Amino acid sequence: MSLPSLEQPFVVGSIPSGAGNLPRVSDSMTWADRLGAYKARWGIGRMHYTVDPGLYALGEPDAEAPVLVTANYKMSFDLLRVAFSGRDAWILVLDTAGINVWCAAGKGTFGTEELARRVESSELAKVVTHRKLILPQLAGPGVEAHRVKKLTGFEVIYGPIRALDLPAFQDNGWKATPKMRLKAFPVRERLALIPMELVPALKGTAVVLFVLVLLSGLLGPGGFWKNILDHGLFTIPAILAALLTGTVLTPLLLPWLPGRAFSTKGLVIGLIGAAIIVISREGSLASWAGRLEGLAWFFLIPAITAYLAMNFTGSSTYTSLSGVRKEMRWAVPVEIGAGLAGLGLWVSSLFLA
Amino acid sequence: MERLIYLKDVVSLDLDAEKCVGCGMCLLVCPHEVFYKNNGSVGIQNRDACMECGACAKNCAAEAISVNSGVGCAAAVINAALGRQNASCCCIDDSQDSPSAQPGGSTCC
Ligand code: SF4
Ligand code: SF4
Repeated sequence: MSLPSLEQPFVVGSIPSGAGNLPRVSDSMTWADRLGAYKARWGIGRMHYTVDPGLYALGEPDAEAPVLVTANYKMSFDLLRVAFSGRDAWILVLDTAGINVWCAAGKGTFGTEELARRVESSELAKVVTHRKLILPQLAGPGVEAHRVKKLTGFEVIYGPIRALDLPAFQDNGWKATPKMRLKAFPVRERLALIPMELVPALKGTAVVLFVLVLLSGLLGPGGFWKNILDHGLFTIPAILAALLTGTVLTPLLLPWLPGRAFSTKGLVIGLIGAAIIVISREGSLASWAGRLEGLAWFFLIPAITAYLAMNFTGSSTYTSLSGVRKEMRWAVPVEIGAGLAGLGLWVSSLFLA
Repeated sequence: MERLIYLKDVVSLDLDAEKCVGCGMCLLVCPHEVFYKNNGSVGIQNRDACMECGACAKNCAAEAISVNSGVGCAAAVINAALGRQNASCCCIDDSQDSPSAQPGGSTCC
């Protein structure tokens, strides 16, 4: 059995226990921790944002101290040690391949087997005299509490959803209030997800823009560069409007956008975006070609926005797979159809110009 | 706080009242208050709020609950349909919407 390394930046010493010298972790975040979290959010080197699995000490835990279980995604681990600062506990880190608790539970890596294995390999039974494990509630999709008990002798206690509620949970005699058990989707959380939606969509946006600008140059009435100036450049604000409505405004305004399906919400905000973009273009509706092009954007922008909004289901905290499948059955054809219709109208407007 | 509910009448959740022993475990793990407990008997009060995470079924020792669990993620459905391996899916962290801690951070797994 190998103990977690003492060489990790958040380790501030070691503590003797029944299972050897265990690393003691700091209960505060350094600027490096914060920078790491920031980089993880924007997708820079996220794959290696892990801590060693195994048993750690927080504060000065003794054989009676509670055992808190978490994933080896560093952000999950950091949130836990900071949330429980000033208190004593053992922290058992499972190997989830650097993936957060909920996601790992869904995949089964934060699961019964890994938990039993880690309880065994960390020799937890020699460290504490009680037989209780505090798990985040969101580990539920991966862990069968009754089987853990059978396999390890340890009883699983599901704690609150948010690590932040752990002190109150302890003070309440290890009982969660209904509010601690409810997974909300507040604006702060939706805001934090925007980079995760925006950054991956940038590549596709660049490709679409390149193709449209090129087409405008080749198919327009005048010379290549004049065409790009007259028709191509306007695709930039138009496509960016679709990107922003889909990846920024949809998450932000989610509860207030009409409809239950995310694609409906996207269609609505996309239509508004298209209206603003078309109306704000000076003289755009003066000619037939201009009107046709304006119409094209009323198809293209909502199609893209609805598609991006539909993809936000994966980041939301309340969509079911059955529901997403049902939504996609109508939304995907609508999005593709509207996109093709918009493209056809836009190309026609070039020929008409 | 606004309560977000997804599509109506679509989830695959089922509770077999015959098998249920009223232990209350499903109420503890469900993140959307789908179940209620009344005088020892447990039932479904909020079916449309269910996100099919599967936590209740996994933790029901009496095997009274059935649900086709999965992650409600359009990107994963598309990837699966295209036959891509490693169907990527984004899901949110067990996040902490605390002012001091870093906001949750989700991971594409
Ligand atoms: S976990 Fe199963 S047995 Fe226990 S209350 Fe829920 S349905 Fe009934
Ligand atoms: S599947 Fe998840 S959301 Fe649905 S009832 Fe069970 S625990 Fe609640």
